[in-house]
Amino acid sequence: MTTTYETFLDYANRADPYALFPELRRTPVARQPDGSYVVSTYREIVSLLHDPRVSSDLRNLPEIANIRISPDDAAPQLPPEFIRRDPPDHDRLRAMVMKHFGPPGAPGRVAGMEPRMREIITELIDGLVGRSRIDIVDDFAYPLPVTVICELLGVPRPDEPLFHKWSQIAVGTNDPTTGTIVERNQLRFETLAKLGQYLNGLADAHQREPGDDLLSALVTDGEMARPDVLSTAALLLIAGHETTVNLIANGMLTLLRHPHVLERLRQDPGYAVNVVEELLRYEPPIHMPGPRRTALADIEIAGTTIPKGSVIVLVLASGNRDPERFPDPDRFDPDRRDNQHLGFGGGIHYCFGAPLARLETRLALTELTRRLVGPRLVADPPPYRHTPNLRGPLHLLLDIDGVLPAH
Amino acid sequence: MRVVVDLTKCQGYGQCVFAAPDVFRMPHHETLMYELDSDETKRDQVLRAAAACPVRALLLDEEITERQEKTSAGDTGVGRIVIVGASLAGLRAAATLRREGYAGKLTLIGDEQGEPYDRPPLSKQVLSGQIAAADTMLPRRDQLDAEWIRGLAAVGLDLAARQVQLADGRTVGYDRLLIATGVRARPWPDAQEAALDGVTVLRSRQDAAELRRRLAARPRVLVIGGGFTGSEIASVCRELDLPVTVAERGPAPLVGALGGVVGRIAADLQRENGVDLRCGVTVTALEGDREGRLRRARLSDGSVLDVDLAVAALGTVRNVEWLEGSGLAAGAWGVGCDAGCRAFDVNGIVCDDVFVAGDVARFPHPVYGYQFLTLEHWGNAVSQAHVAAHNMISPSGRLRPHLSLPVFWSAQFGVNIKSVGVPTFADEVAIVQGSVEEHKFVAVYGHRGRITAAVTFDEAMWLDFYRDLIERAAPFPPDFAMVGRSAPPHAVPAEIPARIPAIHDATVMVTGHNPDERRATLVSAGTT
Repeated sequence: MTTTYETFLDYANRADPYALFPELRRTPVARQPDGSYVVSTYREIVSLLHDPRVSSDLRNLPEIANIRISPDDAAPQLPPEFIRRDPPDHDRLRAMVMKHFGPPGAPGRVAGMEPRMREIITELIDGLVGRSRIDIVDDFAYPLPVTVICELLGVPRPDEPLFHKWSQIAVGTNDPTTGTIVERNQLRFETLAKLGQYLNGLADAHQREPGDDLLSALVTDGEMARPDVLSTAALLLIAGHETTVNLIANGMLTLLRHPHVLERLRQDPGYAVNVVEELLRYEPPIHMPGPRRTALADIEIAGTTIPKGSVIVLVLASGNRDPERFPDPDRFDPDRRDNQHLGFGGGIHYCFGAPLARLETRLALTELTRRLVGPRLVADPPPYRHTPNLRGPLHLLLDIDGVLPAH
Repeated sequence: MRVVVDLTKCQGYGQCVFAAPDVFRMPHHETLMYELDSDETKRDQVLRAAAACPVRALLLDEEITERQEKTSAGDTGVGRIVIVGASLAGLRAAATLRREGYAGKLTLIGDEQGEPYDRPPLSKQVLSGQIAAADTMLPRRDQLDAEWIRGLAAVGLDLAARQVQLADGRTVGYDRLLIATGVRARPWPDAQEAALDGVTVLRSRQDAAELRRRLAARPRVLVIGGGFTGSEIASVCRELDLPVTVAERGPAPLVGALGGVVGRIAADLQRENGVDLRCGVTVTALEGDREGRLRRARLSDGSVLDVDLAVAALGTVRNVEWLEGSGLAAGAWGVGCDAGCRAFDVNGIVCDDVFVAGDVARFPHPVYGYQFLTLEHWGNAVSQAHVAAHNMISPSGRLRPHLSLPVFWSAQFGVNIKSVGVPTFADEVAIVQGSVEEHKFVAVYGHRGRITAAVTFDEAMWLDFYRDLIERAAPFPPDFAMVGRSAPPHAVPAEIPARIPAIHDATVMVTGHNPDERRATLVSAGTT
């Protein structure tokens, strides 16, 4: 028998997984045939996000701890990134990067990127002039965050085809439908090793000639060991690549499905703040966090005991639609009060790049709605990417009547 | 644009700083400092910060937009509500009344001039000079539709006539009364010494402005009392690179609230930050020069300190004098009430029309053996005011109990200290996560094998987990495997100092022989 969760993973349901969530939530903590536990209700997800008995370090599973990729001096296996680590290592590593990205060390850094983001957005939309059919994903939602993360990290934009391939493979390894957890992690380690090798060359270059980018900051301040620098850079590069693209594309799709909201945003750019938050609840780019969690002890929750050693899957997107927490949860309503969504997770692993994603998406949606004339969906639903974890359109084709000037 | 952060909710995600770096600052790992009243140019930043907060902890102006339909207020015949005490608890109660549909007359009486303000920043960003004492106003509640009586104290209460007497001789009638008069700083006990130029306390906005002015002159500072207020003042002094001595009667700072084990960690924190911390001593005399300026302090160990400024941080005195002779069970211990916030009269019987909330309330907490607690916490003022207001306009069958666990926080020496539960209701304590050496850890308190409290130093994100354990009466010590734990927890005595409850100050006589005539009379309430 197929469980609701397995049905949800089925690519056939990618366009509307939400229809399955009420059924999924009927068992808030549901044991799967493979022994993992799927958690789908808001209260239980929040509780487990803050439960110190839940580990993000898959090395707690012996079969993963023992994975060794074939020895290759040129591309050594990287240590797990900080989102796949537990305290105290997690806290230390995250703080070392945060020092150069946000408070306390660099509180204004992200806000200071706004003018450059506006420039990139303007250029990308200018590039659509003269066309009647555009792809929001390829023409805009992908290149924007990639350019931003490349400039922030200090990775040359022209190398994009190279690391885009690795990034896609790595993200694919989060997809439970593509193999066993061991097979997928084996592939992930191998892919990250190649990406790490590439980043190591860059790190050397930045050490010799530092710029004002994050990679330069990490290698020059010397706090973080080189293998961790490479893991961290790989994490940020991939996350910067594969998440915001979905938020922007899901955003345009949702706005076009709710023309009154789109119109209001066109009239009142300040509305974008609430639109973005509601998108993070209603159409989040991450339906389940990629790093699986494991129980370090028996955990009693919602009448079920998750046994020690079990894999735990948190379906954040389902928690976001939980009627016990959000009135009328399937309604897209940016005026919603008390919108304490799970779009960026919660607890110590709360999305590191959240401020960047918020800012990019707010500026992007504001400018797209303002400048695109008469945008219409060519296909609804659009074709989706394969992975159920990072859910978003593969392409989002729009017909437009024109593009307004930048100002 | 005004904003107040509910720091009981804040978990230190820092999203407000990213969104509004001109308004919010996180100078260390988890402590949040911010402007409460920023100019209109920063309005968009503040709105973005409020939307980005993962726990929705930012409170802005004009929040009462959703009003319930007129509810039970009509059924209970309440047409006049008077709130005495127009600070946090009073204001929050008023907002709840309106939000829950109360449409009758609402009067707020406060003895301070000006709009209600938020006190926690006074010992932090105001003292350090980041914001002015005047810029601490609580967010506006424009739709309160209330009559304000400001700068005028309530001086008496007539329970039979349902009237509050004001200092100017007027009376204000009520159908329901909320007492939220709070506390004031306990002054230095020697009146002559207290009058010296350079001897101060910190409680009100004026106190904070005065203390800030004096700190700006870079004095040598003595803080008398190592509780939370005293420790925060010492922390700001060190931030300003001022020499500061803390004289604490107990064996370590914060002992009264957190016990000896965590107190010693707080002591290390103070010393590492350059505080001249002296424990187990009292200040026996403050001496001035001929101009009446403070010059020296004498300590019980015989030492003499040359100081220019002494801040008495000796705790608080409850504002209950106005209730003397009213027939309520009010005294040095506060105003007694049940878990539904209904005040006790002197006989210990609840009144149906007088309610109590905030720092002045003394209420039984079921989770803590039904012991009567007084809690001088921001979060308690908010949650208790909410319950009191709800119950004031609800029929007796729909009363809510005030069951929320106490939560408080303190920012000192770059560390965000948070607590849930009642740490003094404990016999043992264990460090269960993190590292004491790095001042980043979780301490869990237990009483007879049950978890009763948890205290975090820069680990606020885990606090709710422990709150749930307390609510489930989970066994102590929590011995399951956890992230951030290197060894099984080792429970040690919590070293909670014995305390004589203020209620012992009450002298009550019982008169009458016939069961219908027997009455209690409060002879001394220990208020003087």
